[in-house]
Amino acid sequence: MQSLKQNSRDWDVHPPYLYPDYKSTVLRAPAKPLIPIRHSLSELTGPVYGHEVIGKYDNDLTKNAITNGEPVGERIIVAGKVTDEKGQPIKRTLIEIWQANAAGRYVHKVDQHEAPLDPNFFGGGRCLTDDEGNYRFYTIKPGAYPWGNHPNAWRPNHIHFSLFGNQIISRLVTQMYFPGDPLLFYDPVFKSVPEKYRHLLISKFSLDLTEESFALGYEFNIVLRGKNETPFE
Amino acid sequence: MTDQFIQTPSQTVGPYFAYGLTSEQYHYNHTQVADGNLIKDEKIKGERIIIKGCVCDGEGNLIPDAMMEIWQADADGKYPGPGIKDQFTGFGRQGTGTAADGSFLFRTIKPGSVNQAAPHINVIVFMRGLQVHAYTRIYFSDEVVANQQDAVLNSVDAKRRTTLIAQRTETGSGIEYRFDIYMQGEKETVFFDV
Repeated sequence: MQSLKQNSRDWDVHPPYLYPDYKSTVLRAPAKPLIPIRHSLSELTGPVYGHEVIGKYDNDLTKNAITNGEPVGERIIVAGKVTDEKGQPIKRTLIEIWQANAAGRYVHKVDQHEAPLDPNFFGGGRCLTDDEGNYRFYTIKPGAYPWGNHPNAWRPNHIHFSLFGNQIISRLVTQMYFPGDPLLFYDPVFKSVPEKYRHLLISKFSLDLTEESFALGYEFNIVLRGKNETPFE
Repeated sequence: MTDQFIQTPSQTVGPYFAYGLTSEQYHYNHTQVADGNLIKDEKIKGERIIIKGCVCDGEGNLIPDAMMEIWQADADGKYPGPGIKDQFTGFGRQGTGTAADGSFLFRTIKPGSVNQAAPHINVIVFMRGLQVHAYTRIYFSDEVVANQQDAVLNSVDAKRRTTLIAQRTETGSGIEYRFDIYMQGEKETVFFDV
């Protein structure tokens, strides 16, 4: 069998499937080794979404769910660049995000945390990167919230990100955190990422992105797997 | 500087993805880019099929907060691309939290063979507690000969190969393939390192 020269998932960077401190992994982590396969068109293609799936306020979570006023909380800007591992921008790729409101409450019906919902904040949005791979969201800084993983467990402030890239192997779902959050050191979801790479999930405060008298800016750059490669057929 | 070139680490999709990624399925007031119905137009060519299954944890319990994505070729064995102005997107997404029996269900067409591979549908699995999404494939029980010759299926230990083969039944409402996913245990689904 010829040696495989294909972009692989960098398993050193990603958290392990089984991470007992994060209890839900125990019965849900695949237990048998993954089986490597050669990339074919099945892996090296993927869905392509364009502007048709982006509504006017989809990248502005401070506006996309207004019913009777402004959402409560600290307005922020989250922006950055999506590239591949060679630093090449990934153009016009779909980014979907979802997050808790300023009080640490999700709109999701399963979330029973006793914190108020905000009638003017939904917490979901999406956008496409531009031709340079850049994206920008306006939102409200999400609050921390308690969860049942262990006694007095709290999730740090975070925003969930989902990206496609150009092929299904570049698919990524992750969470973005905020600099200086003391809860990071107690959070098994964050800490499941090898220590050396955890900083990649923490956005950076950016005065350049900050809009005067309006909102603080946080930069979060994202690197997806590989660009197009020749499929083995 | 080198940070720019390191893959961004994965994190679990968590328990609250439904309103962000599958909003319409879960009845939130927000649109979603893809759902369980890939046949958006009657004119789409191909054999109509249903793919239905459940996702189970290591104790055999139904997982009610998993999300499945599928990606497949059209009936002619072509993956939809930006250059192909077809109404078939080849992509679907469904959570396991809305059906009474905890199942996911896709209405789609049976894909054609791509470059001599046995017809298959690519699956990506996400859930709370799954730190990195998992890739698997759905093959079809009525493609006996093609399955026997498929390089990917043949790279899988014969005993585990059956976890990748969806069983065809003809029901009153059409052709249904059953594809259950087991995260662990004797029947653990084969997941691929792609």
